[in-house]
Amino acid sequence: MLKLTRRSWLQATGVSSLAGSLVAGTRLAGQGAGVARHPAHDAHVMGTVGRISADGFTPSTFLRSWNFSDLAPEERAKFYRETPRPDGTLLREYEIFATDREIEIAPGVFFPAWTYNGQVPGPTIRATEGDRVRVTFQNLGTHPHSIHFHGWHPPSMDGALAGQEVEPGETFVYEFDADPFGVHLYHCHTVPLKRHIHKGLYGAFIVDPRASSGSRPPADELVMVMNAFDTTFDAENEVYAVNTVANAYLHDPIRVAVGRLVRIYLVNLTEFDPVNSFHLHGMFFDVYRTGTSLTSSERTDTLMLCQGERAILETTFRYPGDFMFHAHQTEFAELGWMGLFRAEEPRRDT
Amino acid sequence: MTPDTGAGRAATGMTASVAEIAPRQWLLALLPLVLLVGLLAAIVWSGPADAVRGGGFPPVERLTFQRVTLEPGAIVVSVMNDGPDPVTIAQVQVDEAFWTFSADDGTVLGHLARTTLRIPYPWVDGEAHLVKVLTSTGTAFEHEIPVAVETPRPSARFFGVFTLIGLYVGVIPVVIGLLWFPFLTRLSSRSMDFLLAVTVGLLVFLLVDGAHDGLESAAVLPESFQGVVLFALGAAGAYLLLEGTGAWLKSRKASDADAPERAGWVLALLVAVGIGLHNFGEGLAIGSAFALGEAALGTLLIVGFTLHNTTEGLAIVAPLARARQRVALRDLLKLGLIGGVPTIGGAWLGGFVYSPVWSVLFLAVGVGAIAQVVGQIARQMARGGSPVRAMASGPVLAGLFAGFVVMYATGMLVG
Repeated sequence: MLKLTRRSWLQATGVSSLAGSLVAGTRLAGQGAGVARHPAHDAHVMGTVGRISADGFTPSTFLRSWNFSDLAPEERAKFYRETPRPDGTLLREYEIFATDREIEIAPGVFFPAWTYNGQVPGPTIRATEGDRVRVTFQNLGTHPHSIHFHGWHPPSMDGALAGQEVEPGETFVYEFDADPFGVHLYHCHTVPLKRHIHKGLYGAFIVDPRASSGSRPPADELVMVMNAFDTTFDAENEVYAVNTVANAYLHDPIRVAVGRLVRIYLVNLTEFDPVNSFHLHGMFFDVYRTGTSLTSSERTDTLMLCQGERAILETTFRYPGDFMFHAHQTEFAELGWMGLFRAEEPRRDT
Repeated sequence: MTPDTGAGRAATGMTASVAEIAPRQWLLALLPLVLLVGLLAAIVWSGPADAVRGGGFPPVERLTFQRVTLEPGAIVVSVMNDGPDPVTIAQVQVDEAFWTFSADDGTVLGHLARTTLRIPYPWVDGEAHLVKVLTSTGTAFEHEIPVAVETPRPSARFFGVFTLIGLYVGVIPVVIGLLWFPFLTRLSSRSMDFLLAVTVGLLVFLLVDGAHDGLESAAVLPESFQGVVLFALGAAGAYLLLEGTGAWLKSRKASDADAPERAGWVLALLVAVGIGLHNFGEGLAIGSAFALGEAALGTLLIVGFTLHNTTEGLAIVAPLARARQRVALRDLLKLGLIGGVPTIGGAWLGGFVYSPVWSVLFLAVGVGAIAQVVGQIARQMARGGSPVRAMASGPVLAGLFAGFVVMYATGMLVG
């Protein structure tokens, strides 16, 4: 009777006509056109509810960790070793394994991920230009996987060509020289590619310039991987974030010092959406696209990156207080990709 | 069936046979039940389904939206888990944005458990919104609000508005239709057959319309409610109840002196009751359109229903006119109120305490009632002969078709 088809009439005619004709002179409650009846739009009512469990992946730790620096020395030695080489460079050896694991991507929302070392994004790998990187990759998952690094390497180390997938239970050693300097990424390149990437097999790969190439000034360095999760497997993301957990830095702001240089290694690994972006409130930052130059290419407050694109951002907080940062695709921002920097005056101990 | 069995005796008299059943026979009746309980316990304990699914198999999650209401600055959603496994509500997104919410009855829902989510969302008058509930596994359940309008709460003003709508849509048109009575009584007998056929046509249309709406509502009910079966139950129940009432009225009539005159009155009363039940469902739909936050009522809709329902008054008085009997104005009005007033009650119920289950049930009752009335009229037209043969005359066929067309044409006004 009043289903689907009649709804079109309802929409076309509207309540005000009913009110006008039936209840002449009076109006149905709430139909006063243009009268603001809603309470003030409180910014705090938007966002996720609750907090993620404390025993899992911690976005705030991931932010400032590379080469397993978040682990205790003994534990760290199982996954990462440095050996000096005659030419002054280092041999950096990594133990990376793929494993299936359920991860918490928003408070209470669990995603059946495929992970490197049980976390998404995978551990950040950081070397100096010219170092030898040796990654022993063990597939403990249920599907074939691989690691495909961005950077100079011979085809045999690509991880993407036919026959280069590592079957479950098997191991492969990737070995190459870290080159060029910049901010790169690594990810699984097994088909179907979309699924292997959006399920969580990716991470950041940072290469610092060698002394002869110049150097970046000391800074408070942060790794940010823009990612998203399609929890319903319909090729559209339900949850967006930087470093996996929706709104993590909104509830637990990134603490930075006023006046100190902040350097962000920003990588876009969002699947399904062609681009993602980074916008910082009240500030501007210098952009080093792909980090392959020591000269900034632009100064802006909004940077757009294609999937797989990345950049180094440098800025210094001028004022104390909270500074919002988020994707400037507001849809992504409202679906979890929004956080806060909390700038504090540095302590004057000396 | 041999006379010495319990079943044979039961056929002779229920109360007597129950007393005669020996304790040993009760035991025999209970034995299958005891075994069944044992079997159920064994199934729950051994969990054969779990053996097939395995440990890592994701749960079967189902969540249905029961009622969505809009308050100033808030969307209130009541949801029910009608799936076999527990569902944990983790997050809520409104219009593709994570939004805070509180849950009245917790966020972990067992089978058939409900909770009400209160979302402080600044919805916009007259615009569309999408509410999405994310469970712990990331499964999304969506509900669209096509046109956001503040949901009426029981207040004197809204009671007034719904009563007015009920009067416009139900009571007044039916009563206006009754005013054809004096004209109808002057018609010839052949015209009368035509007129009764028109009534049957009108009623058959309402039957089809009600069945369609009822089955449509049944389809979106949570599976546990078995909407289509519920619809059939409601329709059959109403049919049988009216059939019984009709038989009772007739048996009273048989002892009356003025029997032929009462026949028309009884039939008119049954038609009025059937139409009243149908109009209750119609009122329910109008009120619930408000409640679901799905619609804003339009003047055109009201006009459409008004025209549509005037023909219902015609259906009520046709049997009276055919019996060529005098009817007091008061009695005529009584029939009109029986047919029309339930619209008001339906609108109240639909607007303030809407439940999709009730909607299906009441639409079903309307369908069953009308089916019974159609049968009654057909039998009366046959005058004891075969109803099929009675229908096959030219004027009757023309009348049936005309009744259907009138309803169809006025029905177009309400989409």
